[in-house]
Amino acid sequence: MTEAIAASSSETRELISFRVGEQEYCVDIMAVREIRGWSPATTLPQSPSYMRGVINLRGAVLPIMDLAVRLGMPMVEPTVRSVFIVVQADSRTVGLLVDAVSDILSVSDEMCQPTPDIACDAVRSFVRGIISIEGRMISEISLDRLLPEREALAA
Amino acid sequence: MDELEAIKVTFFQECEELLADLEGGLLAMQDGNDDGDTVNAVFRAVHSIKGGAGAFGLEPLVRFAHVFETLLDARRSNEIPGTPDLTALLLRASDVLADHVSAARGLGVVDMDASAAMAAELKAATDPNAAPVAAAAPAVVEAEPAFEPAPVVIGAANELLGDDALDDDDLGFDFQPMTITLDAQAADAAVIENVWTVSIRPKSDLYRKANETGLLLRELARLGPVQATLDDSALPALDLLDPEAAYVTWSVRVETDQGEDAIREVFEFVDGDCELEIVRGEAPVSDLLATLKDAAAPAPAPAPVFEAIVPSLEVAPEPAPAPAAVEASVIAAPAAAAPVVEATAAPAPAPVAAAPAPPPAAPSGAKPAQIDVPGPGQSVIRVDPERIDRLIDLVGELVINQAMLAQRVGEYGIAPSSNLAMGLDELEQLTREIQDSVMAIRAQPVKSVFQRMPRLVREVANMTGKQARLVMDGENTEVDKTVIERLSDPITHMLRNAIDHGLESPEERKAAGKNPEGVVRLAALHRSGRIVIEVSDDGKGINRERVHSIAVKKGLISPDLVLTDEEIDNLIFLPGFSTADKISDVSGRGVGMDVVKRSVQALGGRISIASRPGQGSTFTLSLPLTLAVLDGMVVDVAGETLVIPLACIVESLRPKSEEIRPLGPSGHVLAVRDSFVPLIDVGVTLNYRDRSPAATEGVVLLVEGEDGSRAALVADAIHGQRQVVIKSLEQNYQQVEGVAAATILGDGRVALILDVDAVINLRRREPPRPADPTLIAAE
Repeated sequence: MTEAIAASSSETRELISFRVGEQEYCVDIMAVREIRGWSPATTLPQSPSYMRGVINLRGAVLPIMDLAVRLGMPMVEPTVRSVFIVVQADSRTVGLLVDAVSDILSVSDEMCQPTPDIACDAVRSFVRGIISIEGRMISEISLDRLLPEREALAA
Repeated sequence: MDELEAIKVTFFQECEELLADLEGGLLAMQDGNDDGDTVNAVFRAVHSIKGGAGAFGLEPLVRFAHVFETLLDARRSNEIPGTPDLTALLLRASDVLADHVSAARGLGVVDMDASAAMAAELKAATDPNAAPVAAAAPAVVEAEPAFEPAPVVIGAANELLGDDALDDDDLGFDFQPMTITLDAQAADAAVIENVWTVSIRPKSDLYRKANETGLLLRELARLGPVQATLDDSALPALDLLDPEAAYVTWSVRVETDQGEDAIREVFEFVDGDCELEIVRGEAPVSDLLATLKDAAAPAPAPAPVFEAIVPSLEVAPEPAPAPAAVEASVIAAPAAAAPVVEATAAPAPAPVAAAPAPPPAAPSGAKPAQIDVPGPGQSVIRVDPERIDRLIDLVGELVINQAMLAQRVGEYGIAPSSNLAMGLDELEQLTREIQDSVMAIRAQPVKSVFQRMPRLVREVANMTGKQARLVMDGENTEVDKTVIERLSDPITHMLRNAIDHGLESPEERKAAGKNPEGVVRLAALHRSGRIVIEVSDDGKGINRERVHSIAVKKGLISPDLVLTDEEIDNLIFLPGFSTADKISDVSGRGVGMDVVKRSVQALGGRISIASRPGQGSTFTLSLPLTLAVLDGMVVDVAGETLVIPLACIVESLRPKSEEIRPLGPSGHVLAVRDSFVPLIDVGVTLNYRDRSPAATEGVVLLVEGEDGSRAALVADAIHGQRQVVIKSLEQNYQQVEGVAAATILGDGRVALILDVDAVINLRRREPPRPADPTLIAAE
């Protein structure tokens, strides 16, 4: 599958796709540091509901964001198959809790479509585009918007 | 330019050290230790600053340092006697010099009038006919500007070691052969009074810094008739010639009655960039010298100049492809009997040169005893602090990992006597040792803070018209760098306070039968894993009656409150309390001791006061040795593990139901020995749970906030006391209200460190909050 796509365009990017609920999302592979199995996080007080808490990643304190909640979907308790994707955005490292990682995709720019105009604010802000591959619809997450501004969240 | 900037940074770092040496030496002189060594050390410090400043064209600094140096030189050669007045003057001059250095660095400005006045004072103190007679003058010590490792012509071997310790920069210069010339008194007999032979061998650096030998010769000619001879014998064939290297030597015969210092002054700004020998008269050839390898034809100058080439130089690391012979040092034979010792260049910065017999007048270069001056064979490494911080982080992780491993192994029920368990024990011990050693790397003596204090005491004493003497103790007590940086403000404040409020005026002291000069003592010591700083004075002590009445007048306490002496003393830590009758520059803006207390508590420290009327007060400040780890109480709250900093905890207790009283619609207070403190459920405050369980089922930790307000925090259980490594939450996330930082516990999970003040304040913000009787004082 990936080979066919790679041949179609010289301007290809690699993306990691994953499942959140029944939907598929992806992020640029360059932002991904590692993928780890879920382990319970220490709850952070005074934090938005999508912040699952913090975990110890080799001595660093890593905040974990529940992507489903961030995208406005109901919170589902993580299972043993849940994973978090450690991504780097700006100077911060954050773990994104997702249901499962599915694929590595090579896509060219012409395969990306703008996000259809739907009512959900979260989707409009966090989905930078939609990729259609083999009948699947995969939404690309815009990481820089996903992470809250440091000040904005302080309240 | 960047390289130059980097050298400049090094220069200023060294200025700091030199200023500290200067002050240390002057204080030693003040204490009556007025021997040649101390004066020499003081002189060298000023001279080195001047030399370096000259290289960077820092004119005002050079000019002031020069006047200062001239006076010190006169003192050094015993032309003027050492008196307490002179030492006091020198101390004040050192303050001005420090100002000049700061100004040159772009920090602050110099009061030029004060500087000029000081320079005039220094000049007045210097004997105008100060040109030293060379026969009586000690062998001249040319302290190198420390950023230029270059040949040092010196009087004694230990001097060489002392100065060379500063030469640990990495400019890519090679080490030059060290030439030690020992003057012998016998030479003086043959000397013609005012004829000097000056041998100048410029190094390529001299030209690189856009200096010009022609100008130097012209300067020299101003002193008297000169006869200059060029020795070009070291000049290689054209195809071997490095166009940027220096190959020639001048030998100049000068007739002047201005003395050696005047000649040396000509070369002031090329100090270190050329090899310079100044010899009185035209001495006969030494037998000893004749046996040395003689590479140059005898110079036709009246005074013969001999070039001794050090063959072993060729083994020295040589970045430039210049022929080794070019780098050979030039020695002008001072006298028939002068023994010449050749020390070869060693790659280590501390070559050991054995001087057979110290010349009679040679100054010994011993510096005042200091712990941070490396001895022979030792060297100092400058390391980027970030690298050490990284190492400390890694060791922190290692400690956590080791704890996790031990816990996992423990879960398998392995016998303590098994090999695995014993191996783990050893690992634990090693890990601890590594952690201690790594922490020790970042530990620094408190000296860097203490050494700023004598000046402060002088200034404050002057401003308040009091006589104060500072006695310091335990300057070499070590503490983590992060703590050192934040010690300065509290100590400054406490010292100011001690002089301004503690000490009486000289008249009052005389009337009380005390020495008019008050003593302020600043001491540092280690006590039970913490550093303790004590500031004490022998003044009048705290006027408790007055403190009490002021506190009542300012509404800080209620008038009928009966307080113990200790409690009254502690009132001075309340915000807005100030006993100064008039607001002065020194203290008394009402931001005194409460600010000290707050900044100390922000560091996880405690401050206390003990005062005896008529005998003085002692402030005791105790701080953790590092800010990288913290002593905390591990507690359970609503299923979460939290760490409460031990420094905030006053006591822990299990409340009885009759001690808990409702107050208002939902508030509760806890009765602790007749005072009532608000009861705060940590779980509710941090939104871990909606309703607090009965406080009687949990544990209450009585905590004290930075402003002195108390609260009773309710937790579910206490796990015990532990030292934890502090991890930042902000690095990957952001600050969370009520949480100071995070840490990683032995089970590998993240635990949050409670911000006690924030928790108290979060609670306060909730609207239906009853007034708190115990907090009248704090609000």
